[in-house]
Order: sequence, then C-alpha cells, then structure tokens
Amino acid sequence: MTTSSTSQPVLELTGIGKEFGAIRALHGVNMHVHPGEVVGLMGDNGAGKSTLVKIIAGNFRPTHGEIRFDGHPVHFSRPVDARAVGIEVVYQDLALADNLSAAANVFLGRELKRKFGPIALLDHKAMASRALELFGELRSETRPHDLVKQMSGGQRQAVAIARTRLSNAKLVMMDEPTAAISVRQVEQVLSLIHRLKEQGVAVMLISHRMPDVFAVCDRVIVMRRGEKRADKPIHDTSPEEVTALITGAKEAA
Amino acid sequence: MSVPMENPISFTNVGRSKWWHRGIFASQTGYVLLALVVLMIVMRFASPYFFTEGNMQNVAKNFSFIAIATLGITFVIITGGIDLSVGSMMCFSAMITSMVMVELSAPGSYFVHMAADGKTVVANVPGLILLISVLAGLFTAFIVGIFNGFCIAVLGLSPFVTTLGMLSIVRGLAYVVSNGRGSFPGGPDADLFYALTSGDVYGVPAPFIYLVILAVVMAVVLHHTSFGRHVFALGGNEKAAELTGIPVVRVKIQVYVICALAAGLQGIIISGWLGSAPANMATSYELNVIAAAVIGGANLAGGLGGPLGAIVGCVLLEVIRNGLVLAQVNSYWQQTLVGVIIILAVLVDRIRSRMT
Repeated sequence: MTTSSTSQPVLELTGIGKEFGAIRALHGVNMHVHPGEVVGLMGDNGAGKSTLVKIIAGNFRPTHGEIRFDGHPVHFSRPVDARAVGIEVVYQDLALADNLSAAANVFLGRELKRKFGPIALLDHKAMASRALELFGELRSETRPHDLVKQMSGGQRQAVAIARTRLSNAKLVMMDEPTAAISVRQVEQVLSLIHRLKEQGVAVMLISHRMPDVFAVCDRVIVMRRGEKRADKPIHDTSPEEVTALITGAKEAA
Repeated sequence: MSVPMENPISFTNVGRSKWWHRGIFASQTGYVLLALVVLMIVMRFASPYFFTEGNMQNVAKNFSFIAIATLGITFVIITGGIDLSVGSMMCFSAMITSMVMVELSAPGSYFVHMAADGKTVVANVPGLILLISVLAGLFTAFIVGIFNGFCIAVLGLSPFVTTLGMLSIVRGLAYVVSNGRGSFPGGPDADLFYALTSGDVYGVPAPFIYLVILAVVMAVVLHHTSFGRHVFALGGNEKAAELTGIPVVRVKIQVYVICALAAGLQGIIISGWLGSAPANMATSYELNVIAAAVIGGANLAGGLGGPLGAIVGCVLLEVIRNGLVLAQVNSYWQQTLVGVIIILAVLVDRIRSRMT
C-alpha cells in the first residue's frame, strides 16, 4: 500500500506501557495503523499481544503512553468508549447468540425500531434488508433470517464482521479469526478481510497462523516479552524471519 | 458507508427450507401441540363428557390457574434462569390482597377514615378497595421480584439457590402475617372480586380472558421489542449480550420482576376462586409451572420459549388430569403421568434435533 505512508494514521500508539503490579506486560510500544491497512500482530503466548489489544479496545487503561485515534488523543475506560469512536473487536468466540437469526445478531444491542405511538416495535424488515446489504458487501452467502445455530464457521465470521460494519468502524481488530475453522472457511474469512480493506477500514489481525498473515497483511508487527521487536512491510520479510523473531532466535528487525 | 451493491449475491446452492421445517412446525411446541390435539380427539371418543360445555369451561378455568404464572416464568427460563419462588409468591400476594381488602373495609381500622355514613371513605368509591388491595398484592410481588433480580443480576448468586431461599422466605412471611391461618377476601368489594376472578363472560371464564390478553401482550413483547430480543440474546449467549452492550443486569432484574408479578396476579385470581388465601395455598405449584413451561418447549438451558408453548404445556397437563378423571383412572396415577410427559416431550425434541 503506497497510500498508507501518506494518509493520516487512524490509530497511533506512543510509548504504551502496562504494568500489573510487579509484572511489566508491555513496555514502550509505538505503532500506527492507517486506513485500509491490514496489520498482522504476531507473537507467542504471553508476548503482550492480547494486553495490547485490550488496551486499544478499552478493557485496560495503559500505565504509560498515549493513544491517538483519528488524530485525537483518546482515553477509554470501558469497551463502550472505544466502540463509540469507531474501534470494533471481533472476538475469537465471535460473541454471537446462537438462538437468534443472523440479522438479529448483527443488530444486537442497536435494534432498529419503529414508533407506534408510545410503543417502539422492532423494524424487522429494515434490519433484514440492511443485514442482507452488509452480507452482500462482504460477499457472504448468509441469509438474514437463518439462525446462527445452523451456520458454518465462515458465515458466523461474516455475521460478526457485519456487526462491525454496521457502526462504520474505522478500526477492526480480529482475534484469531481463523483458529478454529475449516480450510475453505479460512479462505472466506480472508476475503472478508479484503472486503474491509477495500472499504478503507483498518484491520488488525491477531493470529498464530503464519500463512494467513502473509496472505492478507500489508505489514506485520512482532511482539516478544512485552516489546515490539519488528514492524515490517510484509514483502520485506519472510515467514522464517517472523518465526525467528517470535521465538527470540532473532532479537529484533 | 454503505457501498452500492454492484452484483447482489444470490443463493444458488442454498435453498429455503420447506415451511414445515421452519418456525413452529419444527419446534417442540409444535409437536406437543400436535400431541395435545391427538389426545383431545382420543378423549372425544373415550368419554362423551369431555367435549361438553361444562367440562370445557372447567378445563379452561383450571389451566388458566397456572398458565399466567407459566407465562411469567417463561421469561425467566428464556434468559436461562429459574424461579422456584412462584408458588410461595402466589400465596403471599393473594394473602396480602385479601388482608388489605378486609383492613380497608373494616370500620375502626388504623388506615382508614370514617365517612359520615358510618362506612370507611374508600368504601364509598365502588371498586376502590379492590383496586388498592390488588395493587398492594402486586406491589409485594414486585418487591420480591426486585430482590430476586438484585441477588441474581447484581450480586451474581445462582438463580436456583436465590429463588429456593425466596421460596422459603416468602412462604414463611405468608405464615407470619396471617399467623398461619390464611386470610379471606371480605368487605363491600368482595363480590366484585369474586366476579372478576372466578366469574365468566358469556360462558368464558374470566381467568381465561386475562390469560389470552397477557399471552398476546407477551408475544408482542418477546418478538417485536428490543427488550424481548435482549431476553432471547441473554439466554443464547450471555457473554455476547454483554459485549454487544445489552444492559444485562437491567434485563435480568426485569424478567424476575415480570415473573413475580405474574405469579402474584395468578395467586390473587386463585384466591378468588378458592374464596380464601390459606397459608398453604399453591404449595409446590412452582413445579407444575416449570413442568408446563418445559413441556411447552421452553429450554431450561435458555434461549427458547414463548407464550404459545407455555399455554400448550398447561393445557396438556390439565387435559391429562381431566382425562384421567373422566376415564375413571385412579387419580394417583396423575403425577406419574405428568413426569412421563415431561421426559417424553424433551426426548422427542432431542431425537428430532439429532435427525436433522
């Protein structure tokens, strides 16, 4: 992506650090993500990936450093604050209610309503057609009225991602989206990420799966022992180098 | 930022499932409804009395006596909770209602002023005593519901344990306030009270009318409001509900309040039919209510249930009871059969979901 270096970053972290008592989980992390950029965040268990994601998502407050979103400094005390500015997280277990339809899940917590006098009733039609539109944008064969219970892993991902599209999120963080699904569905999820990218959404992909990261990401960030060890465009690195950085065979790059 | 769709997706490889594989036809409620119809046809041939007007009225009245509470507990069961205190709640609400009714009517009681004609002031407005006493009964239920909801949603106690405790607390209070004797509706509004609770309109029992109205309201609330949607979401995946910003604590408290209010109303209606609110009234009714909900397709694991199922469950239980009496089967078999039906209903649904 040539545009990424010229446009204003959507997310900018400077000197982010986090301590849990005596444990230093993160130290001096600087990074930035541009609109329409897909960044892979890699690292072994305990490297600080999830702490970083939770800080960006508003679950934790950083002990040090500054977060800028869309050029403005932001302070999140709850996940709702992060969502309000346009940061959405697609959780590993997707956070879907199995017993509800795809459309109901997309609109969960922000249902569309029509007023009948003092009573506000759900506008099923509007929600279904908007959901169908979102699934269309994502090129997913998902019908709004189908129950999530009956869906494939790829379709579930589509529902979870459609939810982030609903709020016009500017940054979508995906936590291990390809960890527990079939090979064919991994393809679908990766193409969903491409769709987000096409629409100018910044994506952070947290993954253990090297092939997926190399298939969709523009840039890869490697964390180890709470520090950022590498931040390279994907075409300047190789899976071997990233593996070495993750395990510590290579200190930094 | 909705991008116009250059080529809307079409579903070439996925067909729409046939109508009999969707909705009610594919649910436990549907099967149980079918079983109920079959059972009623069998009863038609087994006993000439079954379809007489008198017996139908009787059945309608009897199942209405637990069906309103079943509607209420269905809300709780859909969220994946349980409320064991409904039986005690029925008794306590009914008792408070009739005690307030008597108290407000009695000359010389602490709470009322005497009018010039020697009656109490409230007694001079027709129906006012009744209104106040029913509201008092429902308010008691409201308080208990809030307490249940608070313990479960805010303090994080298990619904089973909380409401088991509440079952005992409320029953105990009912004994305390009446000194173990129970209470009797009385005063100038007592006749109105009996007419509204055990009377009928053109041959249709009053409780049945309340039931139908409440069931329709419940259907609208569950399927056409965001509150209903959140109730289902809570039962489907509580964590997801929380992450998507649903006010989980508030919704939980609300369902326990609805359940307690339904039980309270049910108790008040039963006491009108009995003509009294004895302290042991509705003992172990919570089990009938839960059984009816489960037979009708509410899933104790949460996420499934509805007003039709609740009513179908209640009707089935009552038709079985009624049928056994008409068929002159030893009535002690009743309870055994109810247990068998509970297991069968859940089993059939289990087998069906395995097959598809």
